[in-house]
Amino acid sequence: MDTLENLRAVAQDPYGYARNIQATESKPILGYFCSYTPEEIITAAGAIPFRLFGTREDISRADAHLQSYCCSLVRGGLEDALTGRLNFLKGAVFPHTCDSIQRLSDIWRLNAGMALHFDAVLPVKLTTESARNYMIAVLNDFRSELEQGLGVTISDEALYKANHTCNRIRELLGHIYAFRSQNPSQLKGSDIYYIMKAAMVMDREVLVEQLAHLWADLREKGGEAPPTDRKRVLLSGGICTLPDIYTLIEDAGGEVVWDDLCTGTRYFEGEVRETGDPVEAIAERYLSRMVCPAKHKGMSVRGEHLSRLVREQQIGGVIFLFLKFCEPHGFDYPYLKACMDRAGVPTLLLEVEEQLPAEGQLRTRFETFIDMLE
Amino acid sequence: MSDPGQGADPEKERRKIKSVQKMKEIMTNYYIEAKGAADTGKKVAWITSGGPVEPLIAMDVIPVYPENHGAMIGASKMGVELCEKAEEMGYPRELCSYARSDIGCSITGGGPIGGLPEPDFLICCNNICGTVMKWYEVASRYYDVPLFILDTPFTHREFPPAAKQYVIDQIYEYIEFLERQCGRKMDYDRMQEVGRLSVEGLRLWQAVLDSGAHKPAPMTAFDAFFHLALIVTLRGTQEAVDYYRQLRDEMQERIEQGIGMVPNEKYRLLWDNLPVWYRTKWLSEKFAAHDACLVGDTYTSAWSGVLPYIDENNFLESMSVAYSQVYINVSLDIMIDTLRRMIDKYDVDGLVMHSNRSCKPYSLGQYDLQRMVMEELKIPTLVLEADMVDERSFSESQIETRIDAFMEILKS
Ligand code: SF4
Ligand code: SF4
Repeated sequence: MDTLENLRAVAQDPYGYARNIQATESKPILGYFCSYTPEEIITAAGAIPFRLFGTREDISRADAHLQSYCCSLVRGGLEDALTGRLNFLKGAVFPHTCDSIQRLSDIWRLNAGMALHFDAVLPVKLTTESARNYMIAVLNDFRSELEQGLGVTISDEALYKANHTCNRIRELLGHIYAFRSQNPSQLKGSDIYYIMKAAMVMDREVLVEQLAHLWADLREKGGEAPPTDRKRVLLSGGICTLPDIYTLIEDAGGEVVWDDLCTGTRYFEGEVRETGDPVEAIAERYLSRMVCPAKHKGMSVRGEHLSRLVREQQIGGVIFLFLKFCEPHGFDYPYLKACMDRAGVPTLLLEVEEQLPAEGQLRTRFETFIDMLE
Repeated sequence: MSDPGQGADPEKERRKIKSVQKMKEIMTNYYIEAKGAADTGKKVAWITSGGPVEPLIAMDVIPVYPENHGAMIGASKMGVELCEKAEEMGYPRELCSYARSDIGCSITGGGPIGGLPEPDFLICCNNICGTVMKWYEVASRYYDVPLFILDTPFTHREFPPAAKQYVIDQIYEYIEFLERQCGRKMDYDRMQEVGRLSVEGLRLWQAVLDSGAHKPAPMTAFDAFFHLALIVTLRGTQEAVDYYRQLRDEMQERIEQGIGMVPNEKYRLLWDNLPVWYRTKWLSEKFAAHDACLVGDTYTSAWSGVLPYIDENNFLESMSVAYSQVYINVSLDIMIDTLRRMIDKYDVDGLVMHSNRSCKPYSLGQYDLQRMVMEELKIPTLVLEADMVDERSFSESQIETRIDAFMEILKS
């Protein structure tokens, strides 16, 4: 099986992948929902950080714990935990994200019956010295709690190594994104989706090898293919769990060449310094990386960032993709849209619940939107 | 107030809380002063309801509470119209209706008081939710004014020393921010005095709420919703202290005279979450018709609930820790402790939970709390799905049926 094929297979059945690991290896697997989860520390502890994306199954058990006005990620994640579909997890890690995840953490701890539970209550504002100090303290506490929970010691050496591995993963993902942006006909949008999804669930030590292979393969192929005449589109929002959306956009004459998603570029942006205190280095990446809307780093950073991405990647149109009921993204939307309006970049808003809207309806919306683009 | 000469029911008159009039006066004057700030040269700061207002009072800044404004919008049934304004601007309907209606108001200058006075700067404390941070970012961009965020880490199982240090550091950053905005230094003696008044006000407010433990209860949660405004808005002033002393005395008199708010109080209930502002009267009559009295609530007691954490001799620092521990900034396990205590103290027969679409930090987890209450404390519970300001999420017939069914269980 070639590398891409392999990553695709993991992404299409992450739970199967995890169960397999559980059966064959002794590495504990820890679930998480948010890109502010310090994967480096988890990796250094010899565990696998495994991102959860909610479920595509019907929600029934989670209904006993969560009202309907809660996003599908939170509801779906809990559903999978309660039905036992996640029983390969040794536990879960909750960094502070939004109000919904905050409560999910309690509900999870009280009901999911997992051996381990971690709350890493990171600061919400990332602009001050005191927030920096606090963030470092939280990460250090998390390190000790993890040591205790897993019965391991996390040495500085292990952390250096994990920092290096995660840096390398981020670097390779960055290369692959840039490659795709330049050669969209060589790598499908849905493949980028699968690569990212696999990257967030796989054993990072194995992943780094596979990504290196994939990158070598891609480089070899190089930019042989002729450029397509599809319109360049950027996806902006929280998480994307919908591989079909890439194909639908392609069918409509567009091409997702870049994104501003938690499960996209925000995941691999920035680098952890590989010298000095390894935990401080992790904190510094969080403090310098582009923020998610649940964190604060000034009033205009997200708009400026999006405008920069649009310029750099020569984007023709932006599709905002939010989960329904998501407050952090909902509050930022009018402002981000205004930034795009000012720059003359057309936008489309897509709010999704568990499932995509009907395919026919989506197809028409995408076609109309993409026809508008320069 | 109806004219007693015009054939008013004397029994009903006797049950009315006399201090209401005073409260209305104070609030009217307060809003007049706030709206005239431009003429008096005073600065106006918008601040979240859970935020430490005391340093503002000590610096002579007029604090304005968009959430209180949201409550007024709700109570005057203007919520839908203003929320829709915000929705037209692209704010999704799923956002907190305080935020939506207030944003709608900023744009239209509409609402019950013709919009809030514009802020000179903004103070946002996220001890109540992450929502306020996003909302204040919007306001900061719209009014082009600086925003100070006081970040109060959530307590899941503990509030570690680093979190404590972090909030203490921020209190001094907050004061520096105020000094910069006001162009003068903080007078720490004044601050000490404001702190003392704040604690005194909180104690009196708690005493007012405690009166609900008496049978029959001299006031209900619906009265508490109304009288809450000052403990939010003018905490730390002599005015609030005087007012709550008067109100507490009135409650004591009522107890002595055996005046209950609900004529035939038989069932005592506890309310959870924010009020349904546009239906407080309807709900209170609905419950009263069943001889049920809402004798206490988790919402209005959230402010005084942190009293045990405040050290009057070290007000500033202890306040920052205290404010981090408010009822909705802590985990479900800690909330259930509070519920248990309240159920016991007010000796209630049932719990009514408002599952408030607008407020996720308050509402998510209620189903688990409900289960704990039923299993451990064996008291019946009722969940009402609604929204505090947005009437589109209120179904009268459904709620009526649920209340009736719940009361049947209590009566059986
Ligand atoms: S999608 Fe939004 S509401 Fe849901 S977990 Fe993420 S930030 Fe929270
Ligand atoms: S109602 Fe809830 S979400 Fe809205 S501002 Fe208040 S605490 Fe925040």
